[in-house]
Amino acid sequence: MTPANGSTGPAAPEVPPGRATGGVAGPAGPGGSDRLPDSTRDASAKKDYSEYGVAVLLLALGIWAIVDAVGLADASTARGPIGPKTVPIAVGLLLVAMAILLVIDVARGGRGEQEGGEDVDLSHGSDWRTIGLLAGAFAANALLIERVGWPLSGAILFFGTTYALGSRSYIRNVIISVIMSVGTWYLFYAGLGIKLPAGLLKGIL
Amino acid sequence: MDGINSLIEGFATALTPINLLYAFLGVLLGTAIGVLPGIGPAMTIALLLPLTYTLEPTQAFIMFAGIYYGGMYGGSTTSILLNTPGESASVITAIEGNLMAKKGRGAAALATAAIGSFIAGTIGTLGLALLAPVIVDLAVQMGAPDYFAVMVLAFVAVTTVLGSSKIRGFASLGIGLLIGTIGIDPTSGQQRLTLGIPELADGIDVVVVAVGLFAVGEALWVAAHLRRSSLDIVHVDGARMTRDDWRRSWKPWLRGTAIGFPFGAIPAGGAEIPTFLSYATEKKLAKNPEDFGKGAIEGVAGPEATNNASAAGGLVPLLTLGIPTTATAAVMLGAFQGYGIQPGPRLLDTQPELVWGLIASLFIGNAILLGLNLPLATVWARLLRIPRPYLYAGILFFASIGAYAANNSTFDLWLLLIIGVLGFFMRRYGLPIVPAIIGIILGPVAEEQMRRALQISDGELSGLYNTAFSQIVYVIIALLLVGPPIARLVRNRRGGKGTGSGPDAGHDALAGAHAHANAEGV
Repeated sequence: MTPANGSTGPAAPEVPPGRATGGVAGPAGPGGSDRLPDSTRDASAKKDYSEYGVAVLLLALGIWAIVDAVGLADASTARGPIGPKTVPIAVGLLLVAMAILLVIDVARGGRGEQEGGEDVDLSHGSDWRTIGLLAGAFAANALLIERVGWPLSGAILFFGTTYALGSRSYIRNVIISVIMSVGTWYLFYAGLGIKLPAGLLKGIL
Repeated sequence: MDGINSLIEGFATALTPINLLYAFLGVLLGTAIGVLPGIGPAMTIALLLPLTYTLEPTQAFIMFAGIYYGGMYGGSTTSILLNTPGESASVITAIEGNLMAKKGRGAAALATAAIGSFIAGTIGTLGLALLAPVIVDLAVQMGAPDYFAVMVLAFVAVTTVLGSSKIRGFASLGIGLLIGTIGIDPTSGQQRLTLGIPELADGIDVVVVAVGLFAVGEALWVAAHLRRSSLDIVHVDGARMTRDDWRRSWKPWLRGTAIGFPFGAIPAGGAEIPTFLSYATEKKLAKNPEDFGKGAIEGVAGPEATNNASAAGGLVPLLTLGIPTTATAAVMLGAFQGYGIQPGPRLLDTQPELVWGLIASLFIGNAILLGLNLPLATVWARLLRIPRPYLYAGILFFASIGAYAANNSTFDLWLLLIIGVLGFFMRRYGLPIVPAIIGIILGPVAEEQMRRALQISDGELSGLYNTAFSQIVYVIIALLLVGPPIARLVRNRRGGKGTGSGPDAGHDALAGAHAHANAEGV
């Protein structure tokens, strides 16, 4: 930090420290040799920040619970100190306390233990493209189920998931998806008496 | 002997042809779904809940009884045939079971697991039938402060006994209690944490929560880290249990039952600790302890029996007190609540047909399970080869049906996605799932008991601890909270001689088991 500041300071005083990248620090000889350790430190720092993110979420949830509870009216019939506010406030305080303890734990080097499993390979990081595609397929079903009906939206969900997870036998997957969605529609309608939306295929099924 | 008479009546309920069919369907579906990698008993029940929406409660619970044991057994099959166990209750079974399978003794390992599960399940269910009326007699004398204390004990026990980080455990519990608070406060009629969204006024449906945290969260998590290399699935041959295997198995089955049932019956958090205890016991008592680590059949027979006995024991607090001790039991409690039934001491009086029908079905389901699994082991093994894109597509697909069909609303699908994303991040950052699910389902009941206790005491806080029973429970809670840190302090004070000594090594092995799955029975 200090050497980088020294070299960039006079040239670009308005650039925040640590943000000094590219054109300014690049040409400077010593800056280039500093890069490597800096970037590894950045990577570990980023990992810290994402662990801190959990604490931020807990804090936000805790404050939400407390703020919401304060806005409640006390029930006039209730006797004593316990009313509708008590539990949300207690839960909010628990969440805030855990947020603080988690920050201390992470600062001391504590890390959340990622969950393993039969199909889980933790040697690489999260594959965000797959997650995005999965969430997309899921959202497509939620958007479409009442417009085009489960037989179509469910097929889109199933096909989209197989695609996201890397299956590339499209024709086979389309056939399986349609069989699954039409099959479950009939199973639920005829077998269990639960009417999933038929949508566009109303009258055909 | 009150229990025995009621049990016979329960068999009369369960043995009608249609109810036998539901029990059989439950076992078949439970095993088939439970054997799929990544799907444990809790997720199996959550995914299969929609199938029971239109059934009568009695039939639905007869089916659940089958699913419960079927899903449990399916999970152990997975862990014996795959080299990486997915659920904590099977972690110990997997150690020796997988080694046996690799030595070409997979069929014997599956058989000793199946027979051990049957014996433990049968004895455990008998224990449930005998113990439930006794507990109920005691429980009717329990007041609101006692219930509240036991529920606090359940919260603290699942949070502190399991998992490697207590902070993350309590954070997870807090998230669960928060989600449980969403909706209209039953006492004052005010909306809490609903953000003015009308769909949230009734609270979040338990199916959406369970399926979201278990199925969608798990699918997203696994998808993000999908193992691209193919798994090493051990081939199952036809070699059956030999006479020697029987001789070596029967004592571990019985000892496992004796260890598992009491641990399941107290709110101490599932099958992890008793299965480990059983493994350690068998290792100590074995004639040739050097076999352990090379595929010793005692190391499969004991923990597997323990696992099932503890599952049966877990139904004691669930049915008599309404207190779940595992994720699977929590989902079952949610299913009860979905039918407007609140398990508790009065349940045996108000719904005897349901409760005793359920218990009788556990016996029947257990027998069906044994009959199905000995011949079908190779079929289940083939299910492990299902291509992963289809497996996880199927999970998301059925999760969506279940959430939508609960209320016929797309709002629940969006909620499912949000809770699924929450489940993903909880897995990523080591927040255990079990405290959250127990908090969601038990939280509102605990609040009601607390407020009832304080109504009775006219608002005096002493109303929460003015009974001897509640005081004892609070002492136990205090010991759970401050005991382990003090023990650690004492151990450190005594000096660090012999880091690899007995108890420490045991603790490490248990910690390793935690590492595999902090979502018990997902």
